Amino acid sequence: MVLQPSERHYGDWNHRRLGPWCSPTGSPAPLSCETGCGEGSWILVCRLLVPTQVSLLSMEEDIDTRKINNSFLRDHSYATEADIISTVEFNHTGELLATGDKGGRVVIFQREQESKNQVHRRGEYNVYSTFQSHEPEFDYLKSLEIEEKINKIRWLPQQNAAYFLLSTNDKTVKLWKVSERDKRPEGYNLKDEEGRLRDPATITTLRVPVLRPMDLMVEATPRRVFANAHTYHINSISVNSDYETYMSADDLRINLWNFEITNQSFNIVDIKPANMEELTEVITAAEFHPHHCNTFVYSSSKGTIRLCDMRASALCDRHTKFFEEPEDPSNRSFFSEIISSISDVKFSHSGRYIMTRDYLTVKVWDLNMENRPIETYQVHDYLRSKLCSLYENDCIFDKFECVWNGSDSVIMTGSYNNFFRMFDRNTKRDVTLEASRENSKPRAILKPRKVCVGGKRRKDEISVDSLDFSKKILHTAWHPSENIIAVAATNNLYIFQDKVN
Amino acid sequence: MFARRLKRKCAVDEEAAPAYSLQHQSLLDMSLVKLQLCHMLVEPNLCHSLLITNMDQQIQEEMTQDGRWCMPVPQTTGWASRDLLVSTGILCCCTWEGVHPAPEPGDLASEFHVVPAVQAPGGSPGGVWGRDGPRENRGSLHKSLDQIFETLESQSPGALEELFSDVDGSYYDLDGCYYDLDAVLTGMLGSAKLSKDGLDHVVDILVET
Repeated sequence: MVLQPSERHYGDWNHRRLGPWCSPTGSPAPLSCETGCGEGSWILVCRLLVPTQVSLLSMEEDIDTRKINNSFLRDHSYATEADIISTVEFNHTGELLATGDKGGRVVIFQREQESKNQVHRRGEYNVYSTFQSHEPEFDYLKSLEIEEKINKIRWLPQQNAAYFLLSTNDKTVKLWKVSERDKRPEGYNLKDEEGRLRDPATITTLRVPVLRPMDLMVEATPRRVFANAHTYHINSISVNSDYETYMSADDLRINLWNFEITNQSFNIVDIKPANMEELTEVITAAEFHPHHCNTFVYSSSKGTIRLCDMRASALCDRHTKFFEEPEDPSNRSFFSEIISSISDVKFSHSGRYIMTRDYLTVKVWDLNMENRPIETYQVHDYLRSKLCSLYENDCIFDKFECVWNGSDSVIMTGSYNNFFRMFDRNTKRDVTLEASRENSKPRAILKPRKVCVGGKRRKDEISVDSLDFSKKILHTAWHPSENIIAVAATNNLYIFQDKVN
Repeated sequence: MFARRLKRKCAVDEEAAPAYSLQHQSLLDMSLVKLQLCHMLVEPNLCHSLLITNMDQQIQEEMTQDGRWCMPVPQTTGWASRDLLVSTGILCCCTWEGVHPAPEPGDLASEFHVVPAVQAPGGSPGGVWGRDGPRENRGSLHKSLDQIFETLESQSPGALEELFSDVDGSYYDLDGCYYDLDAVLTGMLGSAKLSKDGLDHVVDILVET
């Protein structure tokens, strides 16, 4: 089912078409993220909400004629679950923000242009384009459904007036072109006024059409489809710094693609054992080095990171570097392996550090030191005593992401109860903030939150037992050069800005 | 007879009945339920299943090393299936001796919930990727595997080549790597050589379904 942009209603969004985009060669805003993540300095810019698809159907179409895709495979909560945001990504300049959801849709937001009359609107993001990226499919060999959920979105650097991004579900990667059209050809004399083709015998002259201005229209077209290369679920895609290739990683393999070639890919990592009974770990995330096109890293479910150099061999089964921290015997439990599984790995913008996220911590590794991380940040260590319950309700398998700010001085990751955490690497300060409608008024300063781990609870603290584990911040993004962050909470997208900014 | 003897032994040391072993068993039961749910999902999450199975193996190894195992009485615990208990008990069964050490603090008593066991399916707990199942299920599993192999191997080589004849003939194996059936099935390569490993992988897929 594809909903045209005109059919959508976005609640309190401001769905406006902006003027032609600025020159692709325009320089980004000066780096303004040196202020760190000081307490009390973040404000809510806007909250963006995606309405359910069912409500849209009831408004726009007759019930008898609406299309229901694969309804026999879905439960009653299909409509609301489809709107859950599954990935968030700023583009390289920060002017565009893309989200993917479980329903296979991609929504792109564009930053409000600076206006002297409406200074306060600077920093707000409005809907720029929406399109259905992936549809549910059916694997007839396995008799299983392939979900349309967008696992990852990655932007390509802008090289002309159009924008390009990669989106992927469990099996298929697609390259999308998002372009603007503000002119249309008029003056054809091959059709009459009602649009019907004229009899060629009556046409005596050939009129050259003229391009005339029209309302700005943003259209997304699939330019490449990279399919049938992954047996297992794709968990990562990463664009190479050569801007000609990218990689896609699933549980057991990593493939290298050329953007121009869709029917072939190079397998560069394969950890599938000859005997599947010997399988002990899987690939959980992978990323290319930001500057060295031959280098990439991938993480595993055993909490290890491998750095590989594609110049060493075509099949990078042998790592160049192996990052692993010795296990702390005092913290060992049955759940040690599960909580050590790395859910996300990110290179710093400088390329010197790697950041990994496991269930309880965020770790920063120096590429030059493999035996232990240089920094470890406790995200929610109060959950360590609750692991059994978290295993029972499957929360222990939640895959949190982590992000760097533009200057690599601050890192951010999500937690439960719609909390998200920031850690300043320089000052060693950290802050917990909450993304919720109740506690966020536009332009109001976010109040830091605190979890009470024991003893007497203060008035503004929340106890561990009161945390809502159904409200989890898994996906966040940080503007590449400014202190603007995007936080996805279920089907809500919060944009926060540093007040100093 | 077997169960009765264990029951008497458990009755003697009832006060020292291990909360520790109870936790082990309950974790195993919980894990088996989760793995069964994995089979019912749209497509099992390999990472998810692997982590659960690895944890199960760790628990079973520890229970085996401890040499202490007491099969709980089904009536009092409310577990629905003794077959499931037997399946895990076979791996770790041994007589009860002495008092268990005190369980680790924090997680056991207050945070622990006993999950009723459910009837195990025909497959194995680690059957997501074709691991052998409990002893009583292996007969049926082997039989189904034999049937699958017989079906696959009865295919003539010509039939298989015809199946993959439309795959792109370009070959880019720079390292001389040998790609197995799953890569061929994904339609990426031209040299569709079906190896025994490829058959195993096909079996894996079929067993998973």
